[in-house]
Amino acid sequence: MSAISFQQVEKTYGSGVQALAGVSFDVQPGEFFGLLGPNGAGKTTLISILAGLARATRGRVTVMGHDVVDDYAAARRSLGIVPQELVFDPFFSVRETLRIQSGYFGVRGNDGWIDELLAGLGLADKANANMRQLSGGMKRRVLVAQALVHRPPVIVLDEPTAGVDVELRQTLWQFIARLNREGHTVLLTTHYLEEAEALCQRIAMLKKGRIVALERTSTLLAGTAHTMLRFKTDHPLPPSLAERARVTGRFAQVSARDAADVEAVLAQLRESGVPVEDLEIGRADLEDVFLGIMTDEAPK
Amino acid sequence: MSSPMLVVAGARPLFRKEVLRFWKVAFQTVAAPVLTAVMYLLVFGHVLEDRVHVYENVSYTRFLIPGLVMMSVLQNAFANSSSSLIQSKITGNLVFLLVTPLSPAAWFLAYTGAAVVRGVAVGAGVMLVTAWFAPPGLANVGWVLVFGVFGAAMMGALGLIAGLWAEKFDQLAAFQNFIIMPMTFLSGVFYSVHSLPGVWHAASRLNPFFYMIDGFRHGFFGVSDVSPWTSLAVVAASFVAVAGLALALLRSGYKLRH
Repeated sequence: MSAISFQQVEKTYGSGVQALAGVSFDVQPGEFFGLLGPNGAGKTTLISILAGLARATRGRVTVMGHDVVDDYAAARRSLGIVPQELVFDPFFSVRETLRIQSGYFGVRGNDGWIDELLAGLGLADKANANMRQLSGGMKRRVLVAQALVHRPPVIVLDEPTAGVDVELRQTLWQFIARLNREGHTVLLTTHYLEEAEALCQRIAMLKKGRIVALERTSTLLAGTAHTMLRFKTDHPLPPSLAERARVTGRFAQVSARDAADVEAVLAQLRESGVPVEDLEIGRADLEDVFLGIMTDEAPK
Repeated sequence: MSSPMLVVAGARPLFRKEVLRFWKVAFQTVAAPVLTAVMYLLVFGHVLEDRVHVYENVSYTRFLIPGLVMMSVLQNAFANSSSSLIQSKITGNLVFLLVTPLSPAAWFLAYTGAAVVRGVAVGAGVMLVTAWFAPPGLANVGWVLVFGVFGAAMMGALGLIAGLWAEKFDQLAAFQNFIIMPMTFLSGVFYSVHSLPGVWHAASRLNPFFYMIDGFRHGFFGVSDVSPWTSLAVVAASFVAVAGLALALLRSGYKLRH
């Protein structure tokens, strides 16, 4: 049995916008799975359908074998969702928030686990603080704790590190990685591709409501034989290079197919007289794979 | 699938949270409406005491008190469920509830139940304070409780519908100002509908709030404009209709699950 199963999921909103055009994939129990895609690709819609916040126009979704519509109570008990938006209830303290959330899932006398969550997420000294008094990062931690109060076997994190400082990112990933080691299934969407590369065993890429890649992370990376040239320059690149380069301020990256291509790029730089600093030649990372797939016009 | 016992067990934590929510700001949610009602009593009671006589042996101030109590019960029951829902919708924290296994019936029970608690708490507050000015007497406590609780439940359910429907605070305010306020004001809180000219008298008979207040008042004086049994039938039928609609909206995920 899959931990999560999407079967031919389609979603068309009332406005006629098609957010998902037949998405199918399974996440196995115990997996750390990444769902990537640019803004508007349909990631949040897919997760909303999984969580019961939205309804699929067609298709079927199950969590631990429970249909999210016909058997919603069992499906939602198996699922812990960390929403993307930083939302909170201003009436309550951190501990009250977590006790209330436990109650919704029928879990009573949950203070032992709540204390463990507070400690694991670095919130122990904020337990009695009102939600309004917390910083953004602290509120984010409470969101994670809220998603976990009922010890769900499947955890979904929708952009959990957006706008989060380095320290929290470390705390968060250590905690989630521990839960994953203990057998929890994790589905993650993120814009930070290095996080996905480091954490996820498998990755699905979504583009315009369709799956355009679904592979083991290592296979995805191996599949691109590309080499990357990275360097800094203060000068504009020659047109032949400019059109294939990714430029961020002074940083430029050019992908090359093979050693001969690397030579050709270097030759072009030399001939155009563009001075270059800190030249590195390395393998493509997930970001390069991602951009390669997303800029490819025809969906695979 | 969901037995009544399960629904009650599921509703309990949400009910408790909803009660805690208004109790934490009781100054605004309980004390303020009590003060408003006392102001009405002081002003109208003073101005109209010697001019209006509705029932034998019942002074105007005494006549006014049950009406004010019931008006406070109804308005506050409505305010509780509607404002809680719209706040959660607008701030986005309704998501914490949407991802839980709670059934639509549990939602209904919890929101309506908490609205009854708030309505009755405010009503009891108004009663306590105003009784100090003029004890209204108590002919039949059963009618007082039946109409107080049923009326609050109907308004709690109506607030649930309004809270689901409204997407902005001003839409909810419009619902409150253009529907709830006129219906409570024109229901005989301040007068007996018998004193109204024909067409308004007839119109009052179509207003379910009139029956709630008239039945409630019967509990205090043993006299009323219509039989309390008629009022009970109207109030029960309105509750069933409103509750049915609220449950249907919750089941369909109206404006909740897109």
